[in-house]
Amino acid sequence: MTFTHPKAPALVQGHAMPTQNRDASVAAPVIHTAVPQGHGVVESRDFKIRARDVKVFYGEKQALFDVNLDIPAKSVTAFIGPSGCGKSTFLRCINRMNDTIPSARVQGSIEIDGADVNAKSVDPVVLRSRVGMVFQKPNPFPKTIFENVAYGPKIHGLATRKDELEAIVESSLKKAGLWNEVADRLHQPGTGLSGGQQQRLVIARAIAVSPEVILMDEPCSALDPIATAKIEELIDELRSQFCIVIVTHSMAQAARVSQKTAFFHLGKLVESGPTEEMFTNPRDSRTQDYITGRFG
Amino acid sequence: MLTWLSLLFLALFALAAFLLGRGRALKAAGGASVRLHSLPNYYGAYAALWAGAPAALLLLLGAVFGGRIEEAVLQAERPAAIASLTPDRQDVFFSDARAIAAKESPSEVVYEGDLKTALDAKVEESRKVTATVRYSTIALAALVALIGALLALPRVGLEFRARNRVEGWINGLLIACSVAAVLTTLGIVLSLVWESWRFFQSVSPLSFLFGTEWSPQIAMRADQVASSGAFGAVPLFAGTFLIMLIAMLVAAPVGLYSAIYLSEYADRRVRSIVKPLLEVLAGVPTVVYGFFAALTVGPLFRAGFNAIGEGMAGGPLDGIAQYLMQVQNQMALVAGVVMGIMLIPFVSSLSDDIINAVPQSLRDGSYAMGATKSETVKKVILPAALPGIMAAMLLAVSRAVGETMIVTMAAGLQAKLTANPLDTVTTVTVQIVTLLTGDQEFDSPKTLSAFGLGLTLFVVTLALNIIALRIVQKYREQYD
Repeated sequence: MTFTHPKAPALVQGHAMPTQNRDASVAAPVIHTAVPQGHGVVESRDFKIRARDVKVFYGEKQALFDVNLDIPAKSVTAFIGPSGCGKSTFLRCINRMNDTIPSARVQGSIEIDGADVNAKSVDPVVLRSRVGMVFQKPNPFPKTIFENVAYGPKIHGLATRKDELEAIVESSLKKAGLWNEVADRLHQPGTGLSGGQQQRLVIARAIAVSPEVILMDEPCSALDPIATAKIEELIDELRSQFCIVIVTHSMAQAARVSQKTAFFHLGKLVESGPTEEMFTNPRDSRTQDYITGRFG
Repeated sequence: MLTWLSLLFLALFALAAFLLGRGRALKAAGGASVRLHSLPNYYGAYAALWAGAPAALLLLLGAVFGGRIEEAVLQAERPAAIASLTPDRQDVFFSDARAIAAKESPSEVVYEGDLKTALDAKVEESRKVTATVRYSTIALAALVALIGALLALPRVGLEFRARNRVEGWINGLLIACSVAAVLTTLGIVLSLVWESWRFFQSVSPLSFLFGTEWSPQIAMRADQVASSGAFGAVPLFAGTFLIMLIAMLVAAPVGLYSAIYLSEYADRRVRSIVKPLLEVLAGVPTVVYGFFAALTVGPLFRAGFNAIGEGMAGGPLDGIAQYLMQVQNQMALVAGVVMGIMLIPFVSSLSDDIINAVPQSLRDGSYAMGATKSETVKKVILPAALPGIMAAMLLAVSRAVGETMIVTMAAGLQAKLTANPLDTVTTVTVQIVTLLTGDQEFDSPKTLSAFGLGLTLFVVTLALNIIALRIVQKYREQYD
């Protein structure tokens, strides 16, 4: 399977943006339009991730235009929008997964706890150990269940002894709500689990390295409704410990699991705010059209 | 000629049957082909198959076995004049009779008197028999074709499931092809076993399998030196194994690492140049590698070892120095290294395909966990690709074992039981070539020993393949 970013080809239109110096954009005054005002669920000082003027290019094509967004800590933020709108692209900027696509170029600043993830001094390997990611299709490694969860702790040297590793694996599986189902078959292949179990295994794998942020790229789109409900329940539980960002095509899911929602359209962040407000009283007509199902 | 003509007629007849069948089906449907069970062409094909296929098979059988039948009929009755000849001369006589009958050139034997009369009689008989066999075959084929068409055509109707029937025929054809492949292999194995059986009647299997001396020369005269042949195959298998080992030591790491570089580290531009280059290298004929080994690498290695020997001479390791100084061009190391170079593109290209087949989602998963590139390669990609890589390596091993040319040219022909890579060795395949080239008697153990070697090699590679399959199945890490 060769890798082509699914969202890249759709973004043909777009006017060329002047390239900005990154330092200048950091120094630029914070734009407050994207920040929830007044009766927000979160306070502005609790923001975990701050994105300013983020632009992404795939080769000559611009996929993302000047995204400014603050993502709150210890809560779930949902990105919604039609296919090809740039929500997954933006998600992949946060842990610099776009680095693995040779033609991708990212401009602007994304800060996690005030530190720019694109700074030269940041090692993407270290960044990704702090920012976990769950993909659309469950992708457990062709190893045992135990080895899947132990993968991160092992490569990052989080456990020196076998019992420590076992403890991490157990607690991660418990947090992911999978322990009861797999406790007696930890040494069987992870690929033998059902789709929903695999996705929870992958979540356990991600939280085993105790990240601060978990990015989820349409984590339920390959699952049946029951497995989806379990994952959503899990996301709600994990909210107390992690900053979770989820890309979803299902507006019902966004409404169920998230506290904040951001709506992307044609590579631009149209509107963001507390989920309840977005769904009951959207400010932008495009948001209104999308959530009422008039396009998308 | 007659056979081709009748095949042509048969094809025309089948075409007619096709058109009739199709027309009949369309007529039954009243022109609306949707009412038919199958597409109209299937009805045509059904009729054509019944009209053409059995008759064509009959004609082909006639062409293949007709000669045999003629021969048997001709030889059934032998007048006294012929019976007085030796069996060899009888064969010549009959073949002459048939040759004259077919207006081909007979042998130069001159027949006189009784024999001449007998020959003329047999020539006449041969002509008759040939004509009878030919025409009766064609008549029978025509009858079969007619019956086939007459049976098939009335069945064509609205409800008739022509597609299923035609697919049944195609299914049968596919089965026949695979059976042919299997039967051919079986035939080869059986002939190998049969000839080996003959060989093992003169040489005991134990001394063949465990004997350590190989000198298959059988004395022409009783007083010759080394008048009895020795058929101990151990040195040959040891030589084969030694060269294969050297070749794999070169090919496995270099090929695998270059595959990892190409698939995981090289950028697209480098890959687009290097990968086709490697594939071109894989197409170089082995004989080219052979003279590269014999003319370039051999002298180079010899010069190198001789120089090292001279440098060490007089020192504490004088014995080794003396040995190194008289190393010759032909040695196992040269053959092994060149064979390894030959296998590099093979291993690399196969492994590259296998590594590329590992889903990108696994790489993404690993990178998203904060794994570095090398961790991803070592812990995710290689384990996932391992069964495939093992299979690629075993394919390379079987190529190394079967390779003949390079060894013939670079490793010598002397069968020595040695683990010294600087010595000359020989391999099983090379010996089979030397045993069977030139004029050979097919009943001397020397020639037959080639079959013994072939059978043993066959068993060894079969065992290797079975073991490899087991390993692959056991350690298979499944993705998707």
